[in-house]
Amino acid sequence: MKRTIFLLSTIFISDVSFAQISGDLMKQGGKPAIAVPDFRGAGGAQNLMNSFNSTLWGDLQNSGQLKMLPKTVYPLTIPQQPADFRPPLNGRSQGPWLSDWSGPPVNGNYLAFGYTATQNGQLALYGWLYDVKQANPSSAQLLAKVYVGSPDEAGAKKIAQEFAADILKLFGASSLMGSKIYFVSDRTGHKEIWSMNYDGSDQKEFTHYGTITTFPVVSQDGTKIAFTVYPMRPASPGHPATEGQPRIYVHSLETGRKLVYLNQEASMNAASDFMPDSRHLLIYSTASTGISQIFMTDVDGGGFHRITNTRSLEVEAKANPKTGTDMVFLSGRGGTPQIYRMNIDGTDVARLTTGEGDCANPSWNPNGQIIAFSWTRGFEPGNFNIFIMDIASGTLEQLTHGAGRNENPNWAPDGVHLVFSSKRGRTSQIFTMLADGSGLQQLTTQGNNEKPVWTKGTQ
Amino acid sequence: MSASDRLHASKIAATLLVLAIAVVAPGCKKKVPPPPPPPPTRDVAPAPTVARATVDSFTAEPSTIEKGQSSTLSWSISNATDMSIDNGIGAVQSRGQRQVFPTSSTTYTLTANGPGGSDSRTVTVSVTTPPPPPPPAPTGPRLSSAEMLQQQSQDAFFDYDKSDIRADARDALTRDAGLLKQIFAQDPNFTVVVEGHCDERGSAEYNLALGDKRASAAKDFLVQLGVAGDRIKTISYGKERPQCTEANEECWQKNRRAHLSAGQ
Repeated sequence: MKRTIFLLSTIFISDVSFAQISGDLMKQGGKPAIAVPDFRGAGGAQNLMNSFNSTLWGDLQNSGQLKMLPKTVYPLTIPQQPADFRPPLNGRSQGPWLSDWSGPPVNGNYLAFGYTATQNGQLALYGWLYDVKQANPSSAQLLAKVYVGSPDEAGAKKIAQEFAADILKLFGASSLMGSKIYFVSDRTGHKEIWSMNYDGSDQKEFTHYGTITTFPVVSQDGTKIAFTVYPMRPASPGHPATEGQPRIYVHSLETGRKLVYLNQEASMNAASDFMPDSRHLLIYSTASTGISQIFMTDVDGGGFHRITNTRSLEVEAKANPKTGTDMVFLSGRGGTPQIYRMNIDGTDVARLTTGEGDCANPSWNPNGQIIAFSWTRGFEPGNFNIFIMDIASGTLEQLTHGAGRNENPNWAPDGVHLVFSSKRGRTSQIFTMLADGSGLQQLTTQGNNEKPVWTKGTQ
Repeated sequence: MSASDRLHASKIAATLLVLAIAVVAPGCKKKVPPPPPPPPTRDVAPAPTVARATVDSFTAEPSTIEKGQSSTLSWSISNATDMSIDNGIGAVQSRGQRQVFPTSSTTYTLTANGPGGSDSRTVTVSVTTPPPPPPPAPTGPRLSSAEMLQQQSQDAFFDYDKSDIRADARDALTRDAGLLKQIFAQDPNFTVVVEGHCDERGSAEYNLALGDKRASAAKDFLVQLGVAGDRIKTISYGKERPQCTEANEECWQKNRRAHLSAGQ
């Protein structure tokens, strides 16, 4: 009996520490509580309000930064504009008032309200955010703004996203609006680089090399993308077209054009990461070593120099985005591939994972303290799950638990969301989730989609 | 040599034998009256008082040549003061040989004039045009080497997350080395690519490096067996080009391989 209690308490403690990383990232427990009643539309605008309300609620909830108060506990009378607020008279309600929202049963901190109307052929949103703990509406107002969109579903979604983004900014949460995800898709028959919005909309083919194009990485300044291509050598008499050895290509994200990058003469060159200055690249290559090692080059391939010096496979170096002075990488030096860290000059190497299973795909949180990666620990080879780790403490948290094969986690610019690929049926698709594994959303459906990279985009 | 050629040759031999007797016999008996002249080879006319010029032999060897080759004309003439061969050869001695390079079939006429009369003989050198060399088909010997490679080479298989050459891979690569030496010898421009492949279980990034290591381990082994290293290139496909797509060990093993393909 004693033993059972001991085991239970051990599990309990480890569970607490397990949730700590995502809890800190998502400010669990200390999140502002917000009420977001359904907005109404004047006249024809009412038809668009289902799209509007679900987008506004979804964006605020999916931010992971707010505690969304359930609509079932809201007062019966919902304010639509500041003039609707009427203070109680002699303890009797005269209409909507701040304390209706701050007191029980709502117990809110904030209230988002407003209405939409069609004006001059446009859909207009009048949106407010109030701090309902304040004594009167004039001191409660945090946000009052008019948003304009086209009088259709797309316009309704757009103004809802803009309003949500403004609200999130007030809480210090960076909105994901405008952020883009680059990924690899084989839906045209070849692996090419594609882009899409953070919500999966506007999926577009970025490369057209007609061969294997994979492993995209994007510079922090958002101006460049690097990836790895098997350059196609055209057919000649008696020889079908064949792929050449893998090479690094760098493209401008501003013009889409290919930029100069001088590859090393080697059987393999692969793009690994941009340095935070966006002017250097980490790569893994067999140049001068005959076995994959980590190197740094300038963004045009010059200034090539070696960082690792082993006889084992060294791949996937990812520079700390905050400092640029250290990196995590994947190495087979201790047996199976595991995650290691080292200084940018190759010194102070330390293994971060336990040595169990196979690891892959380290990715830095923008805070430079936490990484996400994939690991088969506890599963058969190939059955990867997504983990996050606080590097300083070594604390781990497992976010997926055997549903499919989960790989290539990559942090959103807000540091709270992750995008990753998961093969849960016959095909691999791209999903997003919050740092605690909740809020799973599937973004792709066509073909196989993998290797997502979440970038700030051009805002 | 055809049957008619052999017949021709035996005729020449018989003629030479008669000639030899004719030449040797008078030399031995200088003081005695000349014996009756040899039986005339052509005319049955009575022997003239002054010996008539006679072409004793005129041959071309070989009598049939390919365009660009040569034939040797040989002749022997008696009792002539003035001897010539046409077709630009001109005056000749009573015995001689001349190499000729006719570009088409040519009949040579040897004319011998002497105080006692003249004689002439012809010989024909037939010139054949050699069959054109087998046209280098656009796919020529390269394709046949590529086909040989494709049909006869064997894959080397590996363990999970390993690039060590196993015993079975050693056997396969040893046979591949023999095949490559043969192909390289017969086809001096042929190059080969060693492809490294992995099963689907490792990450794509790690497998790119692992496939490269497998390909270079296989290449190193072939080079140790004497295959020209500068004609072998390696490429890693990681797990991008599996030859089997089921999720079981049998299939995974098929994909953990080094595979030979024709270079470009």
